[in-house]
Amino acid sequence: MKKETSHNILKAHQLSIGYKTKKAETVIASNINFELQKGQLIGLVGANGIGKSTLLRTLIKVQPELSGSIYLKNKELKTTSISELAKQLSIVLTEPLTSKNLSVFELVSLGRHPYTNWIGNLTESDTTIINNALTLVNISELKDKKCYELSDGQLQKVMIARALAQDTDVIVLDEPTSHLDMYHKAYILKLLQKLTKETGKTILFSSHEIDLAIQLCDTMIVMTKDHVVCDQPCNLISKGVFNSLFPKDLIVFDEITGSFRVTK
Amino acid sequence: MKTNYTYQFIILAAILLFCFVLNISLGSISIPFSEVLKSLCSTTDNDTWQVIIMEFRLPKALTAIMVGSGLGISGLLMQTLFRNPLAGPFVLGISSGASLGVAIVILGSGLFGGLFATALIAKWSIVIAASLGSFLVLLAVLAVSNKVRDTMAILIIGLMFGSITSAVVSVLSYFSSAEQLQQYVFWGFGSLSNLSWYELLIFFIIYAVGLLLSIASIKGLNSLLLGDNYAKSLGLNLKQSRLIIILATSLIAGTITAFSGPIAFIGLAIPHLTRQLFKTTNHKILLPAVFLFGAIVMLICDSIAQVPGSDYTLPINAITALVGAPVVIWLLVKQRKMMF
Repeated sequence: MKKETSHNILKAHQLSIGYKTKKAETVIASNINFELQKGQLIGLVGANGIGKSTLLRTLIKVQPELSGSIYLKNKELKTTSISELAKQLSIVLTEPLTSKNLSVFELVSLGRHPYTNWIGNLTESDTTIINNALTLVNISELKDKKCYELSDGQLQKVMIARALAQDTDVIVLDEPTSHLDMYHKAYILKLLQKLTKETGKTILFSSHEIDLAIQLCDTMIVMTKDHVVCDQPCNLISKGVFNSLFPKDLIVFDEITGSFRVTK
Repeated sequence: MKTNYTYQFIILAAILLFCFVLNISLGSISIPFSEVLKSLCSTTDNDTWQVIIMEFRLPKALTAIMVGSGLGISGLLMQTLFRNPLAGPFVLGISSGASLGVAIVILGSGLFGGLFATALIAKWSIVIAASLGSFLVLLAVLAVSNKVRDTMAILIIGLMFGSITSAVVSVLSYFSSAEQLQQYVFWGFGSLSNLSWYELLIFFIIYAVGLLLSIASIKGLNSLLLGDNYAKSLGLNLKQSRLIIILATSLIAGTITAFSGPIAFIGLAIPHLTRQLFKTTNHKILLPAVFLFGAIVMLICDSIAQVPGSDYTLPINAITALVGAPVVIWLLVKQRKMMF
């Protein structure tokens, strides 16, 4: 494992997250430590309200860390300017698009903004990258559709294509599978796995699909009330981490099948 | 995308040129078309016609172009910035802010006493007051819109600013003289005429600064279509771009309101009309398209307001509302909902 350190791309050290107002500091989770490697698919799981979104928002610099540090490619996130960050990290959020009147091509091409000139002209290489992103996600035929014509699943793929077009080493997705049916949940996560293999990008996503994540992820970050654990899914199972994820009165984790069951 | 909308732009530019010449050739005094063209090239023999064309009709047509394109562009910027298809300089209270500024200068001058009053009535002080008023209201609306995410609330707040303005205007008018009141009411009708070349120059300079700021914001506006957090993730400096967009809008809408009065519906309707013709959200295309469209519509509105062949000139504000309001209704009915 020692030589892997040179591949570590996103690292949290003694990180504490939460909200700060003038009067008080609300700590949502603290003592978070993890190192994420290049080319991995990482799933972030935890109960509702445990701070998954807060952690992601801190990692993408939407809100500041309370203490501790985040390193992106060995550079502290605090000292990374937003224009530098735009070339290293792209995001897919749960918040709805402001304008659904965008065409798919227009939306994906916005991913090229960190690289285009002052007025946003696309060069030929930009267009190639955009088309590649569309092909990777299998939505080339949707190119000229407007976003309001798309289903939730299609829109999610478009948003992933946009993040790909941004050509960053890291992609962070906040609950990419919410609002999707069972098939599309599996489809999106499988797609993310394929992308890490084919493009060598590091993809971090939060999700409630724990059983799918166990099957597909290289690494998982599990947030429980007491601590945040980051390890390979099989190690997490043998350590019994998933058992502490939820209150045990209703569902329990079955180590053999790697999924949760309702207690009888 | 490969569609550059070249044809649409050429056609629009041709229509604009046609409307421009048409607008100049129409008026209470009929001047033969050939003489109009000659006057524009300063080769006519008829001095009266030359004066009418050069001192009245040409400045008015140029004003119409600036007012129409400027209001359209500020409407476009507002709609993207506030994530709201109903945004526009008039709806959001920006025109009200400008009106308030002008009301304080025209009507309030009586309260401030004699010497101060005569100095204040100068046209440029109206311009400053209007720009300042619209800038302040816009800042207030933006501050509120950062706290209140609900777009309906922002529109209601805009309406409230309108009410506050009219309330202050009523209070001020109670204390002001009949002449001052009349001056304010006439300003409120809106007018594209009565601008000297010198005033036109000032108008143009401020308008051009606003226009340049808008052009500089094109890329930022495009990324704002995704939402604030996405825009930031694309490397956009949110605070700075917002401020530039607001500055551009208040400069453009403020100056227009100052020189031509509060002109309704153009800012709201033009961007939507443009989107019917240009099926894109890219501001690089939309901005020049809105410019051309706004200028054309304003020239047509002004030609109608002239009541060709008569001595009457209708208030331009009435015409734009008569043209603009049905357009907005038609769009709503046709699309069921407005998009931007």
